[in-house]
Order: sequence, then structure tokens, then C-alpha cells
Amino acid sequence: MNRFAELLDRLAYEPGRNNKLRLITGYFREASDPDRGYALAALTGALSFKHAKPALIRDLIAARTDEVLFGLSYDYVGDLSETVALMWPKAPLAAHNNPPPPTLTEVVTTLRTLGKTELPKQLERWLDELDETGRWALLKLVTGSLRIGISARLAKTAAAALGDKDPHEVELIWPGLAPPYLDLFAWLEGRAEKPVNRDPAPFRPVMLAHAIEDTDFAALDPADYIAEWKWDGIRVQAVAGRDDRGHITGRLYSRTGEDITGSFPDLVPSLRLPGAIDGELLILREGRVQSFNVLQQRLNRKVVSPKLIKEFPIHLRAYDLLGDDENDLRELPFAERRERLETFIAKLDDPRINLSPTVRFASWEALTAARADPASAGAGEDADAVEGVMLKRRDAPYLPGRPKGQWWKWKRDPHIIDAVLMYAQRGHGKRSSYYSDYTFGVWTGGNGGDELVPVGKAYFGFTDEELLQIDRFVRRNTTEKFGPVRHVVHEPDKGLVLEVAFEGLQRSPRHKSGVAMRFPRISRLRWDKPPREADRLETLERMLKAEPAEIDL
Amino acid sequence: MSHMRPQDILLPNAAGLCCKPGGFHIDPVRPVDRAVITHGHSDHARAGHGAVLATQETLDMMRLRYGENFAGSTQAIRYGEEIRLGDVCVKFHPAGHVLGSAQIAVICKDTCIVASGDYKDAPDPTCTPFELVPCDVFITEATFGLPVFRHGDAADEVKKLLASVALFPERAHLVGAYSLGKAQRVIALLRRSGYDAPIYLHGAMEKITEYYQSRGIELGELRPVKGMKKAALAGTITLAPPSATSDLWTRRFPDPVTAFASGWMRVRARARQRGVELPLVISDHADWDGLTATIGATGAGEVWVTHGQEDALVHWCRSRGLKAQPLDLVGYGDEEESEVPIPGEAEA
Repeated sequence: MNRFAELLDRLAYEPGRNNKLRLITGYFREASDPDRGYALAALTGALSFKHAKPALIRDLIAARTDEVLFGLSYDYVGDLSETVALMWPKAPLAAHNNPPPPTLTEVVTTLRTLGKTELPKQLERWLDELDETGRWALLKLVTGSLRIGISARLAKTAAAALGDKDPHEVELIWPGLAPPYLDLFAWLEGRAEKPVNRDPAPFRPVMLAHAIEDTDFAALDPADYIAEWKWDGIRVQAVAGRDDRGHITGRLYSRTGEDITGSFPDLVPSLRLPGAIDGELLILREGRVQSFNVLQQRLNRKVVSPKLIKEFPIHLRAYDLLGDDENDLRELPFAERRERLETFIAKLDDPRINLSPTVRFASWEALTAARADPASAGAGEDADAVEGVMLKRRDAPYLPGRPKGQWWKWKRDPHIIDAVLMYAQRGHGKRSSYYSDYTFGVWTGGNGGDELVPVGKAYFGFTDEELLQIDRFVRRNTTEKFGPVRHVVHEPDKGLVLEVAFEGLQRSPRHKSGVAMRFPRISRLRWDKPPREADRLETLERMLKAEPAEIDL
Repeated sequence: MSHMRPQDILLPNAAGLCCKPGGFHIDPVRPVDRAVITHGHSDHARAGHGAVLATQETLDMMRLRYGENFAGSTQAIRYGEEIRLGDVCVKFHPAGHVLGSAQIAVICKDTCIVASGDYKDAPDPTCTPFELVPCDVFITEATFGLPVFRHGDAADEVKKLLASVALFPERAHLVGAYSLGKAQRVIALLRRSGYDAPIYLHGAMEKITEYYQSRGIELGELRPVKGMKKAALAGTITLAPPSATSDLWTRRFPDPVTAFASGWMRVRARARQRGVELPLVISDHADWDGLTATIGATGAGEVWVTHGQEDALVHWCRSRGLKAQPLDLVGYGDEEESEVPIPGEAEA
């Protein structure tokens, strides 16, 4: 447990993805079975046991420490688990009764079977046996608040690296595996054959597109490509398969392979034909695609209520077919898969699943026109939900990852506003010496005349050279410092105007301005523009009116 | 003369802790005629006093920092040596904080007050170990005066650093450490754990580190980091003042791992706030267990608590039946936080 705790501790501070990977792989190499398997389960969210309530932790510490000292300490530290981990006074143990700290395996397997009444005593024993970091990790684990910025995908990639395997291979067999993953590690270390995925509806690693640049077109022949709309929803994989008894299992996966079936039970009955569809999840009302903002109302819900299902009817728009019954289609050229998809969807004949239409074009000029005006190019009333066009090589097999030259995404031009830099904060990792996180604002009428109100934060979009320039500007024009945050001069005639590009806008009661941007980034530095000429909040509010209002549930 | 109350012997005033019957101040924050100084950190040892009494090492460090004329006159005192000043006697005892650091026992008639300055009871290869001085009144610091501060073995933290260097051989490791004491302790600990490669130094710590070496403290091969090629710093360890580790200066290092050696690193929020990637819990102050154990062992019936988390420590003393009060002394604090920014901060 202490070694796993050390890993968590280090990960919590490490900002870089590759460095995180190295740390996790290093741990897998050092730790032994079954501990490392349970660690992998903890990192991928595959552990399940009843979590301890904070009140229980409070009771434990209250029985051991002075109330005033605990209060002062908690005030200072600000986190219950950490406070308890740091100040936990070990019980005075007799010299002969000094048990070794529990292993992660012991903790996980005990928690699975432990009765509620036995939990406090057991936790107390473990807290006595572990060191500070071990106690911290234990408390985070048992209270279910192990937030350390690691995705399941990253943990699996780290495991794959142990055996120099492609993470997609791990992803492929993952649904058939269970903690502590002895068979997986045996394969990764070359001690056994690759585990077979017996999952009837497994995830297939997703193929992604490159963003196309103006200069790319010259080398491309329109005849080699099929174009289709890029819908502004959630990319998913809908898989159905027969289990051992011949029953159909339907599952919905996110593009990272996360099983999200539970959030969309209303789509499951439609997944009744064995096969694997690559498509986009959308909300359709009276046959019309709703905006991403509407779809968002269905995400991250703990409970999927009948009301939610009724008011936000889910729909799958199909792009591609990866499997047709028992047949793996991924080696086939896209044009052929597309034909199979059309047949498949026709056979399925389900109101919740339809085909994403292709966009006919003979030249890049024609496609440019279609992209600029999807409504007249076949998207009709759904044009607002079109994010751009996708270009797929007719002969491209379905390859995991982002292979070069196969698929291109060509987004519609983003929304653009000119905003004024207000605050800057230091970045992390490589950027820790740069002011690279920017809060920007637009003008609005206040009590004492016009004032800037923050409307968003961006930390990318600029070039390295531009970062240096902004960093220099921030350092020379700081009016106040608050810890890592600098207030940067922002007056009508003094300040820096940033051209900010973003994908969409949403009403947000949490922001002072009342709006929140989707995917904002710095697109240009407007050294030429005085801050007084930056945009006003009214401009954003007008854009908002074009978006449908948020619905309360 | 009747029995003296402790506050007749030592009492805080605007300049610091004043000993009226002895005619001196301990660690005064303003210029005074006669100063008795516990150790060389800048918040305790200031320039401009008339006469200064301190250990030879403390006097040398003041000279290094402030120049030859940092005081009207100086007098060196050894550990265990007793000197009469006015109506009192002062005696210096090792405080284990940094090289030359001392606790000052002030004895007047039959009352002994120990002003411990900053101290730690943990082992440190770069200075004389802390000595327990039985007394009637113990004046203690409270920098880490909360039970969440328990510092563990510094050698384990250095192992953590070396494990990181082994895991990331292509990156530079940049260790923020206060220039006086902490930096040399980290270097000495690295040497003890078998690390024998050259260790690089930020310019601001060269002088004081050379001084440590001149006092016979083995620190192995040290090199200035200035003028080094970026690529040549891969896999190396550099020590720098904490303020330098998050600034422009770091751009000369290949993908640096930012470490920070400090007792504050025990608390995650504190480490994160500073953008530290590798917190090393290495403190030059006693931790909670050290403070409470020391207070108990001095046998003092009365405890005065200065700079830091006074409330918790005063509460602890009282709950143990000891007379205790916070002593409001201003001008002391965490040297690490108060360190002046390095030149270049303002330029890009």
C-alpha cells in the first residue's frame, strides 16, 4: 500500500502526460502481482466497494486527538483526508505487536467483504500501520475521492508500455479482463499468451482525423475522398453481440473506450442487430438535431430519469460499420464499409438510428461552398448542428489512432471575438516559468461607466513566439499579484487585446458575465487594437439568442 | 534583591526580545546598541547593531552577507561558554538549526530562560546537534507548530529525489532550497546516500556553500550552473534559492523537474501553490513531535511561543498543565518565503 501511495502522491504533482506514463509503468515494473493489478483497477476506476463517509473519518480522528488541535490543523490543511493522514497519532504498540503495513491487495479484498460495523476498527488498524502518504492514499481510496488526474486510458497505456505493446491491443482485450489482471500482466511480461476477449460486445479502438490546413488541399484529389457532415454531438461506438447463450448484448462506448451504456438506456433496445457502428450521439426533437448544449443536459447525470429520457430523446447517427455480425470489417476500404453500413441501417430499420448522409462534391470549391452553407447542401434544418465536414479516403481501412492522410476534419469557421487580457497565471510543467493561462474579458455597462467583465480563460492557441511576447507583456504590465495570479493592466487605452476563437456559447449562472464559451483559444494577438475597441458583452448575448435556451429539469 | 519574575529578565519590545538587566536584545529586528544573535538567517541576524555577540560561524555569515562593517564591534562565543553581560549571564548551546546556530540561555540569579531561536532535534550532518538545556522558561519557535507537521527522515526524501533522477535521466532536477543551511544539508545528504556526481549551484548559493566547505563540511564536487550548456544539464541536480525555481532562470534547464526541500512540503496545497512537482519534506525546524518532546524535556514550567503557529502549541502546553503564552515578536518568519527575488525577475 505504501508503494502504491507513493505513486499516487507523485502522480498528483506531475503535470506532464509522458512523465505520468513513465511513473506508472515504473510502478508496474517494480510492484508484484496481485498488488499492481489492483493498482491498475484503482487507476481505471474498476474497483468497487462501499465507500466510507467523511463523518466516519471524523469520528476516528476525534477519538484519537484533541478537538482544538484537529480544528486548527483542518483549517490549515483544508482537506479532511490529508489532515487526518498527517496528524494521525499511532497507537502505542508493544514491540512484539508491530504488524507490517497492509498491502493494496489486502485493503481492496478486505473492503469488498467487510461489514459496515467492522469498517471503523479495520480503518483504525490500517491507519496505525501505514505511513503518512499511505494513510492519505488509503483515506482517498475508501472515501472514493481518488482524484489524481489520470484517465483510464492513460493507466492502460502505461500497462501496455510494460510489454512494449500498442495500447490499442490492451483496449481490445480490456472488456474481458478483471482485477487483478494476472493474465494481462503475464502476457505483457511475455510469460503467457494474449488473453482472449470473450466479451460479446467489445470496444474497438477508434480511428481519428487530422485537422486539414489550407495547404493540404493541393496534394489531395477530390475523387479519392468521400465527404460527410461532422455532427456536433458525441462520437460513440455502438456495439451489439451474442453471448454464449445466444442473447444479444448491446453496449455504448465513448471514443476512449469508456462504457457509457448506463447513461443511455433508451438507446439499448435499438442495438439488437449484431455489429459495431461508429457514429455520433445526438438529441433529436421532431426529427431535428438539437445543439450540443441540449445534448449536454444528458451528460454526467447520476440518475437517468424517465423525464430526462422523454425530453432529451437520444439518437445515433451512423458514420461507419466496423463489424457486421461475426465479420470484422475494419480491413475493408471505407467505400465498401459505407455500403455495408447502408445495408445494415436499412435492415435495422430503427427510428433511433439513421445514416449520416454523404456530401456530394466534385471539386474542393464545391465542398468549400457546402461547408459554408450546409443548409443548402443537404443538411437542411439540421445545419446548425453541423460542425464542419469530414473527408475520408475511399480506400482507407479503419485504423486505430490518428493515421496520416486517411481522414481529415474540416471544421466550420469558429466564432471570433476580440477580448482584453485581464489576468494571467503561470502554467504547469514546461510552462511553469511562463504566464500562459489567460483570463480575458469584454466590455459591459457598469455603475461607473463601462467596465470589463471576464468571459473566459484560454491557455493555448498561441505559438511559442507569441507565448514569449505575452509573457513579457504580463511581466511588464502587472498591476497586482495574488499568489500565482497577476492582474494585468486592462484600461481603455492600456492593455492587450486577444482575438479569441471558440466553438459555441452557453448561458452560465456560475460566471459573472452569464455566459460560458466552449473550447476558447487565442487565435491572434491584436497589438494594433486599443482595448476600448474590444467587443462588448452584448455581442456575446446576441450570439446566445441564436442558441436554444437551457432547459431546467 | 527580591526574586525576579521572568518578564523582568526578558520582555519583547519594538526592537525584539529585550534583556533589560543585561542591556541587550536577542535577534533584534532594529539596530540596537548590543545584540546577541542566535543564528545567521537574515530575519534573525541583521546589520547595523553596535556590538554583536554570536558564534564565530554566525559572525562569519553576517560578514559574508553584509560586508566587513556590519556591526560596530563583534565578539565570538563558543558553545558551552558563559559570558557575563550586566546583571545576567548568557551561555550558548547548539540549536541544530544551521551551522553555528545557538540557543541562548539567560541566567539571572536562580532563574534560567532559554531563548532557543530556531532549532531542530533531527540529525543534520552539517551542524552540531541540538542540545537539551534544562530551564525554568523555554522560549520556543512554532514554525511547524501544528500536529500535521511531522517531518520523517530527511534521508528518505533524498532517496525520493535520487529515484526521480534515475527515472528521468534526460531531465534536469532543480531543487529549491534556502541558501543558508538547507542547501548544504541537502548536498550532504545526497553525498551520504552515495551520490557522487558533481552537484550544480545557482550563483546565489556559491559563497555560503564555500564557507561551509571552509569549515570542514564535506560536500563533494560542486560546480556553478552558470555557463553550462542546456543539454549538459540532463540528469543532473542543481540547487537554487526557492524563488529562482519558478522563474525565467529555469529555462536554461532541459525539461526541469522542480523539487523543493522544505517542511512546508508536508502539506499538498502548499506544494501545489508553488508549482512544485517533487516536494521534499526536509526541514531545518523542529516538527510537531520535536517541539512538544523538547518542551517537555526542558522541564520548563513556563513556555513562551514565538513566530509560527503559536495558538496550537500554546493550547498543547496548557493542556499539559504548563504555563504558556504567545510572545508577539514581529519580523521573524519563514526565511524561504521572505527571500528576495533574484535579479532578472523583472526582465523577460
